Amino acid sequence: MADLHFSDAEPTASERRAVLAALSVTSERDGAVVFEHPRVVRAGMQRRRQLRHQLLPALHALQREAGWISPGGLNFVGRTLGVPPAEAYGVATFYEMFRTEAPAHELSVRHVCVDPICALAGAAPLAEHLRSQGHAVHEGPCLGQCERAPATFIQGRREPDRVPADGSGPDSLLVSLTATTPEAPSLLRHMIGRDRDHSDPVSIQVYRERGGGAALDAALRLGTDEVIAQVTAAGLSGRGGAAFPTGIKWRAVADGDGPKHVVANIDESEPGTFKDRLLCELDPLAIIESIAVAGLTVGAEHGWIYIRGEYPLATQRLRHAIAQARSAGWLGDDAAGSGQPFDIELRRGAGAYICGEETALFNSLEGFRGEPRNKPPFPTTHGLFGRPTVVNNPETLLNVNEILRIGPEAYRSVGTEGSPGTKLFCLSGHVGRPGLYEAPFGVSLGELLELAGGVQGTLAAVLLGGAAGSFVGPDAEALPLSLEDTRAAGTTLGSGPVMVFNDTADMSAVIERLAKFFRDESCGQCVPCRVGTVRQHELVTQIRRAGSPTEPQRELLGDIADAMGDASICGLGHTAASAVLSGMRLGLLEAQES
Amino acid sequence: MSSGNGSTTSQVTVSIDGHEVTVPLGQTILAACTAAGVDTPTICWAPNLTPVNVCRVCVVELEGSRTLVPACSRPAEDGMQISTDSERVRHSRRMVLEFLDSANDLSQATEITAWSQHYGADAGRYGSAVNDAAEVEISQVDDPVRIQDDLYIRAYDRCVLCYKCVEACGDDAQHTFAIAVAGRGFDARIRTEYDVELPESACVYCGNCVAVCPTGALQFRTEFDLRAVGEWRPDDQTVTRTVCSYCGVGCNLELHTQDDQIVKVTSPADHSVTSGHLCIKGRFGWQYVHAPAFEPPAADTSASEGPSPDNTGS
Repeated sequence: MADLHFSDAEPTASERRAVLAALSVTSERDGAVVFEHPRVVRAGMQRRRQLRHQLLPALHALQREAGWISPGGLNFVGRTLGVPPAEAYGVATFYEMFRTEAPAHELSVRHVCVDPICALAGAAPLAEHLRSQGHAVHEGPCLGQCERAPATFIQGRREPDRVPADGSGPDSLLVSLTATTPEAPSLLRHMIGRDRDHSDPVSIQVYRERGGGAALDAALRLGTDEVIAQVTAAGLSGRGGAAFPTGIKWRAVADGDGPKHVVANIDESEPGTFKDRLLCELDPLAIIESIAVAGLTVGAEHGWIYIRGEYPLATQRLRHAIAQARSAGWLGDDAAGSGQPFDIELRRGAGAYICGEETALFNSLEGFRGEPRNKPPFPTTHGLFGRPTVVNNPETLLNVNEILRIGPEAYRSVGTEGSPGTKLFCLSGHVGRPGLYEAPFGVSLGELLELAGGVQGTLAAVLLGGAAGSFVGPDAEALPLSLEDTRAAGTTLGSGPVMVFNDTADMSAVIERLAKFFRDESCGQCVPCRVGTVRQHELVTQIRRAGSPTEPQRELLGDIADAMGDASICGLGHTAASAVLSGMRLGLLEAQES
Repeated sequence: MSSGNGSTTSQVTVSIDGHEVTVPLGQTILAACTAAGVDTPTICWAPNLTPVNVCRVCVVELEGSRTLVPACSRPAEDGMQISTDSERVRHSRRMVLEFLDSANDLSQATEITAWSQHYGADAGRYGSAVNDAAEVEISQVDDPVRIQDDLYIRAYDRCVLCYKCVEACGDDAQHTFAIAVAGRGFDARIRTEYDVELPESACVYCGNCVAVCPTGALQFRTEFDLRAVGEWRPDDQTVTRTVCSYCGVGCNLELHTQDDQIVKVTSPADHSVTSGHLCIKGRFGWQYVHAPAFEPPAADTSASEGPSPDNTGS
């Protein structure tokens, strides 16, 4: 990419400094990911990627310094990293957190979530109030704090990003964290239970004193084949929604050749989901340990954390934990005494639901637009930088730690035959104690709601699985929350969100917002999703205004859903109609009396 | 895997709508469909570009696959059972065409509109006809036509975001990277950085983007101007194949002429030298053909008797 053409726009001195500071953080690892390979989706395209993967950190630096991605700043980044300005602009315009027009103010920006749970909790008046106080306000999608709705996040201008609700220290987080069920003796209790000292979640001493590091020791003692055998025997499946068997994924990557990667997908952006944020905030060292276990098991040299840009506290603690793990020798040229090199680099997303989709995440991390790739080929053979890649979310990874600690048989003693182990559920909305709950797979919806303090008022509907999930009615309280039972009932657990609505909620407004969410979050790459989500939103809006759907409208919604589900590239399009259709079937689109 | 008839691994046999067809290993389902004589609609696919599988109009039903798969990019594998005309396939193809027709001006995309008719796409379903009682705006791609030079125009209300121009400008042909997709979702558009005008961008005016555009969103200025006065008559045009005279590479040109005037220059996509791509000279440097033949003016006769002022110092 030799002769790139740039305009005459120059960066300011502070923009230049900010970008260089952001890049120097990773300079020690420059060259660690130098690959040239045929691009997976667009096979045959050779792209040089030595530096481009630093595009997102560089854009973050510009945004924080100047409040926007200026032409001069973009030119500087493009020249430094060898990225054509049109492509860098295409990347910058992809993300919610980046502006490409100069702001009319010098303020940090207050993001206010307007998704259903926060809307019920008064997001609109909050945004109005903040505006009246003279703040710059950006109303946007879920911020992953549904247990303390309405959520806000401050995107810093020349100051670090922060979440006001994080302010009072780690103890405030425990408000979000409610006990596990008695018969669920695992993650929450052992890793981040209330019985532990949370004053210093990134102290490796404290972590070791309560048994931290045991999984890594066990993994090194057992070796690749035995670790994967145990994970497989435990029946662990991915907790991000797709429920893919983790053992099969790890086996495939372990069998691959050459440089490999492990990616911790902490881009949970599903409305109603906040579990991985809490796990990272409360036990960052366990996450780092689990990534090292995955890396050393499959023989990867490179570990990556891709975390939501809206999670500043979790980011800060993970960064600190990485440093601690390096100083303790868990990471480095001889990671944990294994003889293998393994290190972890952290990257922040910039506001894009789609980047939680694994192949979109790869593209985003590599410095391209976060557009999903067509599968096959799958990440196990063609993942990050086109290499074999394990990608798991923190909940899944922590389950591996647990399996190595207690063994697959003990692990399987909890949960159901088809869904062994426990699941983290994110309870939000009209329940007594919104928060994160761990329960064995198979717990009934009613039991889970009781655990969270019961439904406030009269239950109208529960949205299982978030925006990509589906509504169930009050008659579903007996539904066992396992993979197989929810599937049989035509619904899904997804990543574990359980959004509760009582009869005071305007359900048609909730559904319209969900439709708007997909319209806003579609990446725009494929036609069925790009146009289908728009037509779906328009139809739902029409139906809401008219009070009830006509027969042609029902049919058209079904037609759109079938095409999005069948012909879209990725899971976003496949599930974009699920909540709307299930809501319509339950009559939630009908105008409510009173 | 090898096929049952013991053929070598360099060939694969798939079933297309119940008929077995054998193609070389590495070929796509689309190639297998073509080999089987099955016509497949495509928009974002072109023979001289890497498949990006974004338009999804070529989807087929593959036995064992939960969703439909794009024929244009999915490699054919031995034993695949493929349906190209099932109810699911027809439905998704119809919806893709309907979606595009409801969002874009497809008046100049004759191939696409022909497929829309074939599959019975009815974009009117999204209009107010569905529900007159509620007035909800039906979003359409609305973008003023960009006329920034004499060589080609960009009318993005006709753009279906097939990525072909981006690929031709980038890795697939020109390696100029003047344009990319910017924005997200329905608001995604093909843009230069900050939408600067083309002459200020990296554009080198090879016109390869125009040549691959399936909808007329990118159009040579000659065609645009003739259409504006109702004088664009493809049926009256002749195509003459020749070799570009500018350098020694040997690019083949197709000169499209109407009323003895060159109105467009293309190159065959299957040409071994160009793969359909040209440079600014071959693509746009044909005006001299229409220059009046040189006739020495009378005054020059006397001038030629002595040295011209330009030559005196040499």
